[in-house]
Amino acid sequence: MANFSTNEFKSGLKFMLDGDPCSIIENELVKPGKGQAFNRVKFRNLKTGRVNEKTFKSGDKVEGADVMEVELEYSYTDGEFWYFMDAVTFEQHAADANAIEDCKKWLKEQYVYTVTQWNGTPLLVTAPNFVNLAVTETDPGLKGDTAGTGGKPATLETGAVVRVPLFMNIGDLLRIDTRSGEYVERAKS
Amino acid sequence: MKIDWQPSASVETLKRRAQLLADVRLFFAEHEVLEVETPVLSSAAPTAPYLDSFQTDFIPLGSQDKHTFYLQTSPEFAMKRLLAAGSGSIYQIAKVFRNGESGRQHSPEFTMLEWYRPELTLFQLMDEVNDLVQQVFNLPAALRFSYRGIFELFCKFNVFNCSDDEIRSFAIKRIIGLPEDLEVKRDGWLELIMSYVIEPRLAAMNMSVFIYDFPASQAQLAKVTQDNSGNKVAKRFELYAGGMELANGYDELLDAEELRQRFEDDNQQRELQNKPRMPIDENLLAAMESGLPQCTGVALGLDRLMMLMLNKQNINAVKTFKFEQS
Repeated sequence: MANFSTNEFKSGLKFMLDGDPCSIIENELVKPGKGQAFNRVKFRNLKTGRVNEKTFKSGDKVEGADVMEVELEYSYTDGEFWYFMDAVTFEQHAADANAIEDCKKWLKEQYVYTVTQWNGTPLLVTAPNFVNLAVTETDPGLKGDTAGTGGKPATLETGAVVRVPLFMNIGDLLRIDTRSGEYVERAKS
Repeated sequence: MKIDWQPSASVETLKRRAQLLADVRLFFAEHEVLEVETPVLSSAAPTAPYLDSFQTDFIPLGSQDKHTFYLQTSPEFAMKRLLAAGSGSIYQIAKVFRNGESGRQHSPEFTMLEWYRPELTLFQLMDEVNDLVQQVFNLPAALRFSYRGIFELFCKFNVFNCSDDEIRSFAIKRIIGLPEDLEVKRDGWLELIMSYVIEPRLAAMNMSVFIYDFPASQAQLAKVTQDNSGNKVAKRFELYAGGMELANGYDELLDAEELRQRFEDDNQQRELQNKPRMPIDENLLAAMESGLPQCTGVALGLDRLMMLMLNKQNINAVKTFKFEQS
């Protein structure tokens, strides 16, 4: 893998730090006083998901990380692993509980997810911005309440609980914004 | 490939910028400070170890001879020659160039406002800077702390009595993720603490502050004197606001021999880092030998000041075109 010098640092650059693949969130040049320059870097450890900070001397080098983002379709889980399929090669990729932790409640068969792979192993699965999910449990709908004020909790087919307008019923299909975890509108199909 | 030719500032911002420049000129007209323009190219360059000049060649027509010239990193040397020639108070809004410096708050080419006041003391110059940033740029009034005072307030140690080891371990403890092999001198650690510990605290408290009486080892081109506890201090100030260093002011060193020595020390530092020696500005030294009047001077980053006033996070948002598009 290529090495990167601090002058190539930019957000999104994937590099290795203490054996873990990391992604730069923010890179800032700091020149304290009249002294030497540093790069102050905020990064995410892609293995642990944790955000951290490190200062590099300008001119320092880091090893690039073989991290790729691929679009894969969610197939099924056997309880231990979650399997994603490449729609072209039909190759299956197994993600562990750690990798799907953030998007577990938005996982639905046949939806396409962004899978961050390190050396071919899924590290992190990111849900699409919007998914359509059916309501499996909620209090009976209130006819006439279309203003959407207040709302009530509804459990969706993936187990996620979101606040929905009072008129929603079991079986209704909802469009959900996975970034905020909020109900957007009733989905058509 | 799609070419991004559009300005990096909005037209609205450029109108504000034009008005601010006009207001700055009005401020100095009212204070009877003369506007000057000095050469951007110089055959000499500053020697500061971590300041890198752009260089170019002058080739007289009909010859192959190359004469190296440097783009100014500040208009300081030429303006001091004007002062030695009896110009009185002068100011300049100048394009300055610093090789390699690029980031959210840094551009390799930026605009500096620099002015010199033979009749003002360093504290009176701070007053004037304060007036300018309040009147023209709507910043809050800046508080004043000595270098020693600000470290006592935020770090609870005395910068003059503390050992090098104590300062180093404080920095390593308080600054997350410093390189493990980092080797800097006492001033390097102090500067890191200033950038990483003190500046963010000031910014979080929304405080603008002048810091003055720097350790003598950070004198740059300022006079060195003793504070009232007998510590050797540089008669310098810096203005910090919004987490940025905005201005650097000196009670100007007048002694040509002393300045030659500082240039020489700098060049030795550069050699240790395998950087080229910079040609010393003999014009400046000759002007100082003939007599630079007692004066104070300050350089202020106009783009950063505009960022603060117009609430922009990136220096390119106040410049017509960013460096990468120039």
